[in-house]
Amino acid sequence: MKKVEQISIFLENKPGGLEFVTRVLKDAGINIRALSLADTSDFGVLRLIVNDVEKAKQVLKENGFTVGRTSVVAVLVPDRPGGLHSILESLSKEKINVEYMYAFVERSGEHAIIIFRFDATDRAIDSLTKSGFTVLPGEKVYSL
Amino acid sequence: MIYNEEFETLPREALEALQVKRLQQVVQRVYHTVGFYKRAFDNAGVKPDDIKSLDDLKRLPFTTKQDLRDNYPYGMFAVPMSSVVRVHASSGTTGRSTVVGYTKRDIDTWSELMARCFVMAGLTKNDIIHNAYGYGLFTGGLGAHYGAEKLGASVIPMSGGNTKRQLMILQDFGPTAICATPSYTLYLAEQGEEMGVDMRSLKLRVGILGAEPWSQKMREQIENKLNITALDIYGLSEVMGPGVSMECVESKQGLHIFEDHFIAEIINPDTGEVLPEGEVGELVFTTVTKEAFPLVRYRTRDVSRLVKAPCRCGRTLVRMDRITGRSDDMIIIRGVNVFPSQIEGVLLNIPGLEPHYMLIADREGTLDTLEVQVEVGEKLFAETGEVKVLQELSRRITKDIKDYLGVSAKVKLVEPKTVQRFEGKAKRVIDKRTI
Repeated sequence: MKKVEQISIFLENKPGGLEFVTRVLKDAGINIRALSLADTSDFGVLRLIVNDVEKAKQVLKENGFTVGRTSVVAVLVPDRPGGLHSILESLSKEKINVEYMYAFVERSGEHAIIIFRFDATDRAIDSLTKSGFTVLPGEKVYSL
Repeated sequence: MIYNEEFETLPREALEALQVKRLQQVVQRVYHTVGFYKRAFDNAGVKPDDIKSLDDLKRLPFTTKQDLRDNYPYGMFAVPMSSVVRVHASSGTTGRSTVVGYTKRDIDTWSELMARCFVMAGLTKNDIIHNAYGYGLFTGGLGAHYGAEKLGASVIPMSGGNTKRQLMILQDFGPTAICATPSYTLYLAEQGEEMGVDMRSLKLRVGILGAEPWSQKMREQIENKLNITALDIYGLSEVMGPGVSMECVESKQGLHIFEDHFIAEIINPDTGEVLPEGEVGELVFTTVTKEAFPLVRYRTRDVSRLVKAPCRCGRTLVRMDRITGRSDDMIIIRGVNVFPSQIEGVLLNIPGLEPHYMLIADREGTLDTLEVQVEVGEKLFAETGEVKVLQELSRRITKDIKDYLGVSAKVKLVEPKTVQRFEGKAKRVIDKRTI
């Protein structure tokens, strides 16, 4: 499975909202691999990649959160100037639309990992693989 | 000044004798022409012939908003459509609005009663009336318009909205009176001030303001900002429209009900028992002259009080207090009636939404605001978890509420289980406005 499962949590804009999410995850012993927060004037959506998707979903739901899941794609990029650009150039040629993305640096520091949300996930994976980029499977990302 | 001296100053005994006679006629008529009333009277075990005095009125069953909805659209009409010259309707989701009809004579009566209101406010045919009530299905615009023409005044048929244009006309056309909702009047005054217009030196002298509850404090603000006398007018489309009752400029204490056309009662909203004069309760109206859409003991859900004491203006007509609240959960937002059930109807029409919601009425400056809080349920979010889906949802709710109810609402998506759950009767409205 080349896709990565991302958890989305609906949050109202109010103090303590995020803190409660991280507390629930901490108490369940869940490790956050990557995250991004999308905000609008009225609410936010917290996007998380965690080490244990099923367990995270379960404890969040038990604590009253609305949890959604989305398939995203994790791509390994050399951590040097132009690394990200080469990927986007390739996607642009293939006319693949990026809905949103966020990045984090791998532990060794040699690579960055970019999390992409595409409108056409499967086509994007095919295209990236063919162009020689490393698309990381879910299990690999969860256990980084 | 009194428009119809004869009927507005009848001695109480003569007035009540006239009411009994007209009541007996209307009861006979509805019993024989409207299926709903025949069934309702039969169920209550009362015959039209049993009504011999005003006291017998309480033997008749009540009519409710739900009864009108059940008979949508024309089921409550007491004349064939060939005799109906006009229909109006109250706001409502499709199929649930209340449709009312008028014969030529009903329009004449209504026009006269509105003319009486204008005269009660001190207006004559020499006045220019800026009518900012909405024209259309809403009774406000056309009701005030016909009354002003009946009086012989000059009407500016402005309708609602388009504030800049309203301000231009207020300055250039020199109206001496304005008809509008109190909140819109205040809004006009403040917008004018902001644009640098000297709102106190306009030719305006009087405001005939209604269609929503307002306070003495708001009256003082309006009078002060516009340098006018602001008077309260009351009406509802089911009973007729604006002009059911009106404050006189002489006393500004209570609204005179035109009792030669309407019989008012105050009841306990929980038991239905008729309350003695002076007690606060729900207003109930029986129309005694309307032809197309007569109503027997219609429960308005408006809370008020009746006072028969003589008024310094010379009218003998009973006075009702300004409306102090509702005995149901209806709220009025910028003159539009909003029932929580209507909002619920809109929400349930959107796939994936659950009926957990709360309505918060407030006031920003002088304008009413309505916030609709809706829970984001599991079903809706789980599939995608995307921000744009939620934004799209929020836009759709706003649009549907606007389309069906005609009111602009601010939609706020909230976390699940945060809207209070109710056992029994739900309380869906928080009204932060101070009336």
